[in-house]
Amino acid sequence: MSLDVAHLPRVARKHYGRYVAAVVVVAVLVAIVVSFAGGQIEWSVVGQYLTARAILTGVVNTFVMAVFAMIVGLALGVLFAVMRMSRNPVTRGVSYLYTWIFRGTPQLLQLFLWFNLALVFPYFVIPGIVEARTVDLMTPFVAALLGLGICQGAYTSEVVRGGILSVDHGQTEAAQAIGMTRFQTLRRIVLPQAMRVILPPIGNEFISMVKLTSLASAIQYQEVLHSAQNIYYANNRVMELLFVATFWYLIVVSLLSLGQLVVERRFSRGVKR
Amino acid sequence: MIKAVDVHKRFGAHHVLKGISLEVAAGEVLCVIGPSGSGKSTFLRCINQLETIDEGAVWVDDELLGYVERDGKLHQLSDAQIARQRRPIGMVFQRFNLFPHMTALENVVEGPIRVLRESRDTAHARGLELLERVGLQDKGGAYPSTLSGGQQQRVAIARALAMRPRLMLFDEPTSALDPELVGEVLAVMRDLAGSGMTMIVVTHELGFAKEVANQVVFMDDGRVVETGPPDQVLVNPAHERTKTFLSAVL
Repeated sequence: MSLDVAHLPRVARKHYGRYVAAVVVVAVLVAIVVSFAGGQIEWSVVGQYLTARAILTGVVNTFVMAVFAMIVGLALGVLFAVMRMSRNPVTRGVSYLYTWIFRGTPQLLQLFLWFNLALVFPYFVIPGIVEARTVDLMTPFVAALLGLGICQGAYTSEVVRGGILSVDHGQTEAAQAIGMTRFQTLRRIVLPQAMRVILPPIGNEFISMVKLTSLASAIQYQEVLHSAQNIYYANNRVMELLFVATFWYLIVVSLLSLGQLVVERRFSRGVKR
Repeated sequence: MIKAVDVHKRFGAHHVLKGISLEVAAGEVLCVIGPSGSGKSTFLRCINQLETIDEGAVWVDDELLGYVERDGKLHQLSDAQIARQRRPIGMVFQRFNLFPHMTALENVVEGPIRVLRESRDTAHARGLELLERVGLQDKGGAYPSTLSGGQQQRVAIARALAMRPRLMLFDEPTSALDPELVGEVLAVMRDLAGSGMTMIVVTHELGFAKEVANQVVFMDDGRVVETGPPDQVLVNPAHERTKTFLSAVL
């Protein structure tokens, strides 16, 4: 046995699997590109409608709806998570009921219910404050916001509850020991730590929400898929416009993913990796 | 300053405290020793109302904890009132429980700013003083995860002191520490006792108890077995149970 072996030059192992995989993937991609290039699709039409006014309006509406519905969902989610974890049996029950109803029915159905609420209540009246016809109030925007936001809250409340449960109980005790109230403890100590656990699934849900806004096209909300459909009903360029919509969904979702990265970094302060 | 009378606590069918009565005068250091499961920590947590008591009563500075007496009955206080009663009582935990998303200084000033409504500048100036007092003046900007156990526990002491407590509770403050870090925490506690702070310390550090305590309580199975000055309880215990415990520990 020669001890010289200890210092001989080393040669890394060959990763043949990687080369094989690369070749297969390239072949498949080429096949897809070639078939689409030769297929019956006018790429110039895609390019032309990419920045059409109606499409851009739809993109903005999609984004606005996703953001506002998510804000409603987060607010309700935190509220109902806290209610669910409260010592008060009434709020616990209400929270349970809320989750059960809104998680248990299809979102599209909920959108239709909100949109058609005028059939049940023709007038919306809060004495001395509001008095209006429900049809005027329940615009596609409002109906979609309520439908998507309230349903989102039911899911978010479970995510938030999981996050709160993940924070060590010693944190609450330490906060109480310096005389903080329950609300202060929640806001200053527990929620900021829960955020680290809550954010990844919320990022997921936000991205789902962007895509869920397409449901609102069913109640005439002018989001990007609705705009694309309106155009292809007129010009018959179905696939071209669906590709336009695909492009914009990917852009919006990519932007949100970047945002998530930034926010997650903000809430991981003090955490050792 | 602290008076506990016949304190009982049950967790379900488990009777943890079976009638604890004791008194601590202002400026005194009381060390509570005993085997694990004897109820020492539970009793300490009752004083800070992290646990509710089932029977008996505790007074701090003649104020009844957790209840107000009216029409011959004890009415439970609200959460806000209980939070107010906790303010003059500082507590240090076995597992430190520093807020991990805040720096050492932010941990210390959180209470003064949010609870005592001190201005940011006042709180920061005093927070730095307190960090200096526990020997961590250069660690104000450090997050707890970058500090050693001993340093974290000293920050936790500074955080409790920032609330200007009249009473400090220590729940096995050195039990989670590596042996070589115990000394730095005990030194801070010794210094604090020397400054006249009233302290109740649940500990396994008999050397510390012997040196610093005015009074030692030995608890077993939810009862106070023996109480007296350290020379008596730790050196010449009257009860057989205390002797067995001490010989097992030493």
